[in-house]
Amino acid sequence: MKPTDIRKPDYFHKVVDCQWACPAHTPVPEYIRLIAAGRHDDAYLINWKSNVFPGILGRTCDRPCEPACRRGRVEENNGEKPEPVAICRLKRVCADNKDSDAIRARMPKPAAKKNGKRIACVGAGPASLTVARDLAPLGYHVTVFEADAKGGGFMRTQVPRFRLPEEVIDEEVGYILDLGVEFRGNTRIDSMKDLLAQNFDAIFVGSGAPRGRDLEIPGRREAAANIHIGLDWLASVYFEHIKKIGRRVIVLGGGNTAMDCCRSSRRLGGEDVKVIVRSGFEEMKASPWEKEDAQHEGIPILNYLVPKSFVHENGKLTGMTFEKVRAEHDAKGRRKLVPTGEPDAFFECDDVLIAVGQENAFPWIERDAGIDFGEWDMPVVDKVTMQSSNRQVFFGGDAAFGPKNIIWAVAHGHDAAVSIDKWLSGEDIHERPEPGVSLISQKMGIHEWSYDNDISNDVRYVVPWRDKAQTLKSIKTEVELGFDATSAFAEAQRCLNCDVQTVFSKDVCIECDACVDICPMDCITFTNNGDEAELRAHLSAPAMNLAQALYVSDSLKTGRVMVKDEDVCLHCGLCAERCPTGAWDMRKFFLEMTHAGPGCHKHAKKEAA
Amino acid sequence: MTYIVKPKLHHPSLGCNAAGFTRRDYEGAVSTLCAGCGHDSISAAIIQACWELDIQPHRVAKLSGIGCSSKTPTYFLSASHGFNTVHGRMPSVLTGANLANKELLYLGVSGDGDSASIGIGQFVHAIRRGVNMVYIVENNGVYGLTKGQFSATADLGSKSKKGVTNTDNPLDMVGMALQLGASFVARGFSGDKSQLVPLIKAAIKHKGAAFIDVISPCVAFNNHPGSTKSYDYVREHNEAANRLDFIDGREEITVDYAEGELIDVTQHDGNVIRLRKLAGSYSPHDRVAAMNYLHERSAKGEVVTGLLYVDEDSHDLHGHMNTVSAPLNRLGAKELSPGTVALAKINAALR
Repeated sequence: MKPTDIRKPDYFHKVVDCQWACPAHTPVPEYIRLIAAGRHDDAYLINWKSNVFPGILGRTCDRPCEPACRRGRVEENNGEKPEPVAICRLKRVCADNKDSDAIRARMPKPAAKKNGKRIACVGAGPASLTVARDLAPLGYHVTVFEADAKGGGFMRTQVPRFRLPEEVIDEEVGYILDLGVEFRGNTRIDSMKDLLAQNFDAIFVGSGAPRGRDLEIPGRREAAANIHIGLDWLASVYFEHIKKIGRRVIVLGGGNTAMDCCRSSRRLGGEDVKVIVRSGFEEMKASPWEKEDAQHEGIPILNYLVPKSFVHENGKLTGMTFEKVRAEHDAKGRRKLVPTGEPDAFFECDDVLIAVGQENAFPWIERDAGIDFGEWDMPVVDKVTMQSSNRQVFFGGDAAFGPKNIIWAVAHGHDAAVSIDKWLSGEDIHERPEPGVSLISQKMGIHEWSYDNDISNDVRYVVPWRDKAQTLKSIKTEVELGFDATSAFAEAQRCLNCDVQTVFSKDVCIECDACVDICPMDCITFTNNGDEAELRAHLSAPAMNLAQALYVSDSLKTGRVMVKDEDVCLHCGLCAERCPTGAWDMRKFFLEMTHAGPGCHKHAKKEAA
Repeated sequence: MTYIVKPKLHHPSLGCNAAGFTRRDYEGAVSTLCAGCGHDSISAAIIQACWELDIQPHRVAKLSGIGCSSKTPTYFLSASHGFNTVHGRMPSVLTGANLANKELLYLGVSGDGDSASIGIGQFVHAIRRGVNMVYIVENNGVYGLTKGQFSATADLGSKSKKGVTNTDNPLDMVGMALQLGASFVARGFSGDKSQLVPLIKAAIKHKGAAFIDVISPCVAFNNHPGSTKSYDYVREHNEAANRLDFIDGREEITVDYAEGELIDVTQHDGNVIRLRKLAGSYSPHDRVAAMNYLHERSAKGEVVTGLLYVDEDSHDLHGHMNTVSAPLNRLGAKELSPGTVALAKINAALR
């Protein structure tokens, strides 16, 4: 293999699995260390800079970082159940414990001088608010149009209050609006052409995927009074148009919205609430922890039941029938649901909530507004620049590529803001800015590092919950209490500090094997070079996780090479402590995405060069 | 040295041997030796060898004297018996322990200071008696704990870190072991585990006095230009007499050798040492030829490594003394006391 080029930011970025997996590339280990140190304000601001909504995400994020977390791999075959670091809930710790006044003082200020350019954002969800946050301090005049009275979008109207208190939304939406953003609530945009006619310099569409899918099966129309579309129902609950539901409730669908529906039902009078899904429990789209939360509240999840009809008497819903199916896989491995032939199942109920998916809807964008629509009647949007075929119009969040989640919306917002900023400066928006990267030695003394390298053997800490009897009484009582100081510190210590990289300098290596002998995970091998497959099979421990890189040095004095499998490295620094010549060093890799602003412009690059 | 404890977490693919232990179970405390010390590599080789041989840690006694090398038993086999003796007296304590309980595996770990200076008389007699043991000398040619004075194995003309040239002749422990009748004599290099691990395994399975001289560079005081025990010097002058695999009958390790004659050495309990000859006419069965070869090569400034001599039909001290088959420490009063009638008879014979 060729020697690894560690100068490419992607190499070490990939080693920081959580940061690589995060759509917004939040520097996770950095803020976890700050939380452990009790520096909640600093931790909050690192988050705020990259993901804009730390308090909201610390409760609701889809956490792509956690399945990616190295801790989950490291604990394999080392105890009962391998678990990643509770990254998401640690984020909440810094949001809960920060000093809000101090934070406000450290926020960017509204631009002293406007640059005269006007940007319209449609919808006040996370994508639009991210665009506003990135562009307003630069001097852009950003106007956010929102159909509801307050900003926040789906986060405010669909995510129930027992998961996300309204104060948190008010606070974090407020931080953005305070940057000199013009917010126009109660203003629904119902014509793109009209909006275009208002001569904005750029338009960002962050209007989400607002339409809940319906289920057209017999009885739907007749029993309509007790059948509700989940998304709309959740919003009605938020606006307090709906305050109760029948005693027996069936929730159809297996996504996170279904979980929010069933748990909300439990709080509005539903005593016998069940979730019924077409396919298998394992295949459900809902996050595992949301399924657990629902089950914890006494909500059974029944699977392999395909809805057949709504049963009603005298115009009143009495129950539902389902066809029993099983999963079969064809030759190509595709899953098919096949009827088992058993009699249909019938479940009595008073109300049904349909949460079988959400769709994009753009009835307000005229098809001759210069925006091309493609497959599934979705706008054609560039995946990198977020630009539509009308070069003035950008998309992001669920509006761009269909329903995803908050953190993706934030990432889209950043990308769109960069595009808008470059485009309005007359630059090529396909030239994307490089991230800001630093790699700094953490050595403080012979055995002293500026990070805590002693690996914790603790298993994942569980976030404490409020008593069930209490939480089921009110839809506004938050269920999770968040980590207390002690467990937050202990959980933070489970983080392996994957951003503190093992950096190898082959010129000073004397091949004494000290690093090989001390490495607890058998990551390091000195061997004759070969092709990748050959090396992976012949290391001290086989490197079978192909998603993880091998770090290969140039030829050493003996003609061999150093090969390090990044897969399960603990970043404990023992290789560097045992190295007599300093050939190994622990260096902190800090990567920050370049957002809209001077850093993303061409001249910035030239100056740096 | 290092301050944190080596993390308990291990590679997910780490497996157990037939004795039910992972390789990590054979480790000891984290080393407090200087970073990069060759001795730590030897400890790692001992751990690897014991794991591969499915050795029960509680059936091992590790004994040492005083010095950097003699500290190392703390850093491997933490579940074994250990004895840190007075300086240079490890061979006597080991001999005594072996006489009392011949069923344990005896691992004597010492250094060039402990064995070649203060303990030379002890070393000589333990070898001469053929005590069943593995005697490892971690040889760095220097007194590391007292900051780098020449030891008795430092080569004539080699330079100290301060630039002083050694004017004394070196003591050749491999030559002495051969001359004193050791039935297994080898030399390894801490920087070459692929050679050292099979050597230790073969020595463990050898019945009789097995001696391994392991050149182990002292990174702090003897790893500079002018030293003959530095990583660079040993790598440049290493003349491996043979490459070996140790096959204990359970599974055969197949290594693709390019060419060279293979010799299988079968030891007393059926284990096989497979040697690939590297030096043309070298035979590990001929004690006299081995001594000549070593002298010739040493005169040319080469460091001969590999399995230098092995006696397939070896015996040990218990064999020489014709002791009973049960370990002496398990004999009770019944076996040890012949009774008053027998005593009266003996007394009568002396009158």
